[in-house]
Amino acid sequence: MTSTTTRIERHHYDVVVIGAGGAGLRAAIEARLAGKKTAIISKSLFGKAHTVMAEGGAAAAMGNVNSRDNWQVHFRDTMRGGKFLNNFRMAELHAKEAPQRIWELETYGALFDRTKDGKISQRNFGGHEYPRLAHVGDRTGLELIRTLQQKIVSLQQEDKQEFGSYDARIRVFSETTITELLLDGDRVAGAFGYYRESGEFILFEAPAVVLATGGVGRSYKVTSNSWEYTGDGHALALRAGATLINMEFLQFHPTGMVWPPSVKGILVTESVRGDGGILKNSEGKRFMFDYVPDVFRKQYAETEEEADRWYTDPDNNRRPPELLPRDEVARAINSEVKAGRGTPAGGVYLDIASRLPAEEIRRRLPSMHHQFKGLADVDITKEPMEVGPTCHYVMGGVEVDPDTGAAYGSVRGLFAAGEVSGGMHGSNRLGGNSLSDLLVFGKRAGGHAANYIDQLTARPRVEVTAVETAVETALAPLQRDTGENPYTLQQDLQAVMGDLVGIIRREAELADALVRLAELRERVAKVSAAGGRRYNPGWHLALDLRNMLVVSECTAKAALERRESRGGHTREDHPTMDPQWRRVNLVCSLEGDTVRLDRKPLPKMRAELIALFDRAELAKYLTDEELAEFDALAAAEAEDTDAAGKES
Amino acid sequence: MGTKRQFRIWRGDADGGELQDYAVEVNEGEVVLDVIHRLQATDAPDLACRWNCKAGKCGSCSMEINGMPKLGCMTRMSTFEENETVTVTPLRTFPVIRDLVTDVSFNYEKARETPAFAPPADLAPGDYRMQQVDVERSQEFRKCIECFLCQTVCHVIRDHDDNKPAFSGPRYFIRAAELDMHPLDDRTDRKEYAQSEQGLGFCNITKCCTEVCPEHIKITDNGIIPMKERVVDRRYDPLVWLGSKIFRRGQVPQTIVTSEHSPGAVRSSASGQGVHSHAGGSHDSAAEVQAQQGVNWHREVPRPTAPAVGANGKLPLTELTSDRAAAPSPFGDDVTFPLPPEHLNFAHPKQDEKH
Ligand SMILES: Cc1cc2nc3c(=O)[nH]c(=O)nc-3n(C[C@H](O)[C@H](O)[C@H](O)COP(=O)(O)OP(=O)(O)OC[C@H]3O[C@@H](n4cnc5c(N)ncnc54)[C@H](O)[C@@H]3O)c2cc1C
Ligand code: SF4
Ligand code: SF4
Ligand code: FES
Repeated sequence: MTSTTTRIERHHYDVVVIGAGGAGLRAAIEARLAGKKTAIISKSLFGKAHTVMAEGGAAAAMGNVNSRDNWQVHFRDTMRGGKFLNNFRMAELHAKEAPQRIWELETYGALFDRTKDGKISQRNFGGHEYPRLAHVGDRTGLELIRTLQQKIVSLQQEDKQEFGSYDARIRVFSETTITELLLDGDRVAGAFGYYRESGEFILFEAPAVVLATGGVGRSYKVTSNSWEYTGDGHALALRAGATLINMEFLQFHPTGMVWPPSVKGILVTESVRGDGGILKNSEGKRFMFDYVPDVFRKQYAETEEEADRWYTDPDNNRRPPELLPRDEVARAINSEVKAGRGTPAGGVYLDIASRLPAEEIRRRLPSMHHQFKGLADVDITKEPMEVGPTCHYVMGGVEVDPDTGAAYGSVRGLFAAGEVSGGMHGSNRLGGNSLSDLLVFGKRAGGHAANYIDQLTARPRVEVTAVETAVETALAPLQRDTGENPYTLQQDLQAVMGDLVGIIRREAELADALVRLAELRERVAKVSAAGGRRYNPGWHLALDLRNMLVVSECTAKAALERRESRGGHTREDHPTMDPQWRRVNLVCSLEGDTVRLDRKPLPKMRAELIALFDRAELAKYLTDEELAEFDALAAAEAEDTDAAGKES
Repeated sequence: MGTKRQFRIWRGDADGGELQDYAVEVNEGEVVLDVIHRLQATDAPDLACRWNCKAGKCGSCSMEINGMPKLGCMTRMSTFEENETVTVTPLRTFPVIRDLVTDVSFNYEKARETPAFAPPADLAPGDYRMQQVDVERSQEFRKCIECFLCQTVCHVIRDHDDNKPAFSGPRYFIRAAELDMHPLDDRTDRKEYAQSEQGLGFCNITKCCTEVCPEHIKITDNGIIPMKERVVDRRYDPLVWLGSKIFRRGQVPQTIVTSEHSPGAVRSSASGQGVHSHAGGSHDSAAEVQAQQGVNWHREVPRPTAPAVGANGKLPLTELTSDRAAAPSPFGDDVTFPLPPEHLNFAHPKQDEKH
């Protein structure tokens, strides 16, 4: 019996940032710049967080490529993308502040691709009216995280000069997992976790915690997300008394790889379809023509001939249905597979080989050519790819105050930013809006966490009993040897979520999912992990399972409740958007052990913001009552300008 | 459609370990990391291994496969013969934590020592102007995913722990090169720094680092050599290649590091004759045994143990306070300094003397 099992390393900080992705690092930088002692905690090594995988770019209306771009246009695009369910204030702040946040990165050493006149280059992306994404080839996320990482190093070097230690004011705890937040009454007092490497425990005492833990994709079998995405931050927030919103909205990207098994879920870029790639089922039929919804009928081609002419003559022909919005394509692929017309690996074929000369494919899609050659041994110039929808991003998350990032609910001193927070993207996120979201709200959360501490009169204290309980909970799976293997449980959970709470949802299946999740909850409570405490992935998974479970329950419950289809939530039994539902956010909280769901009205957009849209567009989303209000506003404004006109 | 394939995976920790044999089902199209995941889900749930992205983007899953430093997620099973035994070992240059996980903190320390980007004082954010051709040279180095494969392969530290303090390794040479080539970096001494502080002189341009880089960064040709050119050490011709690049432990030729004021060149007495062992399959059984036992992985880490409970059946909680900055105040967290004078019970020896 060594002392290692009973030792708890204890640290005192002002701000503890959980998560070392874009949001976490930006928050930490801000807290440190405000003079706070800051800790950064990450489940993997420093610089390996999910942000590293982002490819396309970061959206910011800098207007470098098209000078007509500005924050109002970006704001409009974001609201449209989210089907008007976004928190308008977050979308507004995001659109206004994103350019500054990107420019700031250059002062940290980032090297974006350039325009001819030496400014940051910007590229087109789905849903963005003008070229807007700052990028570095197809590795923008890597540039972003490396830049922030290096900025932190540079701050540490300053501290070394001043105090003699790199760790004097900002320290990175890598491969450390937080399992519990500790409270003093309703105030955050600290965080408890373990070092993955040694299995030893660590306690942070801190009056403010910033959550930046990313998403929940590991609850699905087919996902572009890594093992880290077990919804820890979502679950920690719930257990601390905070609330989650929009948990029913998950973004499924229509084309992820499905074969070979090694790469199931990895993204296949949308440009394949943009450059002429077509989708076929196992019978060789180009099926997308059967799935054009009425609202899009006018913009999309009806015959293959017309669709094919579009690539060369877009003015006189309509677009091929392969280029419908992401959710439509994902849904179509899903139906084909369910109807038994899928490929052996459960996807459909994406064929570019028969559409373009090999030479041309290699020139236009070098990274896809390389990816399929390298990972699947498939030569996309000769064979079709197999693709299917993959779980990509969670729009839902911690309900926060838009300006400060402070979590709502009963808890104080808890902040959230990045994918773990909710509201910014509404029911559907536009590509490129996540990276800028991380920077804008990361900075805000870090800064306001620092402010919050300044207003405290006394430091909250950590209860010893709470620590004891946390230790016991963490060790429990190792002490049991009667329970099930965590990997089996994870597979079962993924099966429930993938089959019953997947891309197309039905009332009966969702109800069934809730029953099964309840069963799983019993089994997860008894999970056991073999082996010891040192770098034991089985044990780590066992501890993550309860987080995945509670977050999955939130998603299933909210999906059952929302009887409409919108963005990342599709109900087969309620296939259309309902303006009444647009006014409602579904808020999850924890009552004892069970997830509780409440309806909460959406905050109302300010007059000058709603005036940025035209009536015809709003009519698609708003209720009659809201439209009447809009008309009254417009009339009042017209009168104002009239009056002003007469006076002068 | 799966077939059984033979694997030998190093299992153990800092105290030593051994290669264990596994027969694992392998399906078409799988990579080495998939096999490791299958093992975790079946025979070896506690097999330790790092990974994140499974797409060669994060640089977490570095390991040595048949002796060659590689990313597990980018090494397809189809590159091996059906009846070939695949041997997977942890990165050799870094101390083992457990199984395939090594302590790579060496790299983070070196990163921290490399002076950061120095922004130009006279430019406001948003006013940076650079041409694409000028940023491209640095961008090549910024593709680095920090997999540390180049670090583990570099013979200067691979078999010589004692060179570690003075040598930052190829990853950090290209960091210096990147900043050197950055159009707006305000510092002008990057090359000199690389020579005097990072140990650039140790490098004798074997190009092993370039060979293993999964991002195909031309570490030597585009990074190291241009930096050497200006600060070239006259006693040493950088283009003399060593015929032998990597040696297994136990058969390392005598390497003499000439270190005068600044670190000089590395010379090897076995030039041309040592066994080139990228594939790891040296046929020296003694060396093989030594390598498996993890010689020199001197890290004291306790073995896994069951949790101990106190008399009350609960865990006795003892607390260890950190000696670093950010440790708790011995006066309690509520006390701020300076204390108000009225709270002090200190009496100055001469306080009663009238001034
Ligand atoms: C393949 C792919 C491509 C993408 N492309 C784009 C794109 O082009 N543009 C765009 O805008 N967005 C893109 N996204 C989305 C975007 O990358 C993510 O939404 C974003 O990076 C999330 O950042 P984050 O800072 O919130 O969290 P992350 O970067 O995921 O970081 C989470 C951090 O929290 C830590 N953590 C989690 N739980 C714990 C715990 N319990 N204890 C301690 N630490 C914990 C993790 O270790 C990690 O460091 C893409 C996503 C994927 C998967
Ligand atoms: S070229 Fe230099 S840095 Fe690279 S492996 Fe050889 S000695 Fe090491
Ligand atoms: S330079 Fe290449 S091999 Fe070295 S750490 Fe970077 S990506 Fe890996
Ligand atoms: S898992 Fe990311 S590089 Fe292999």
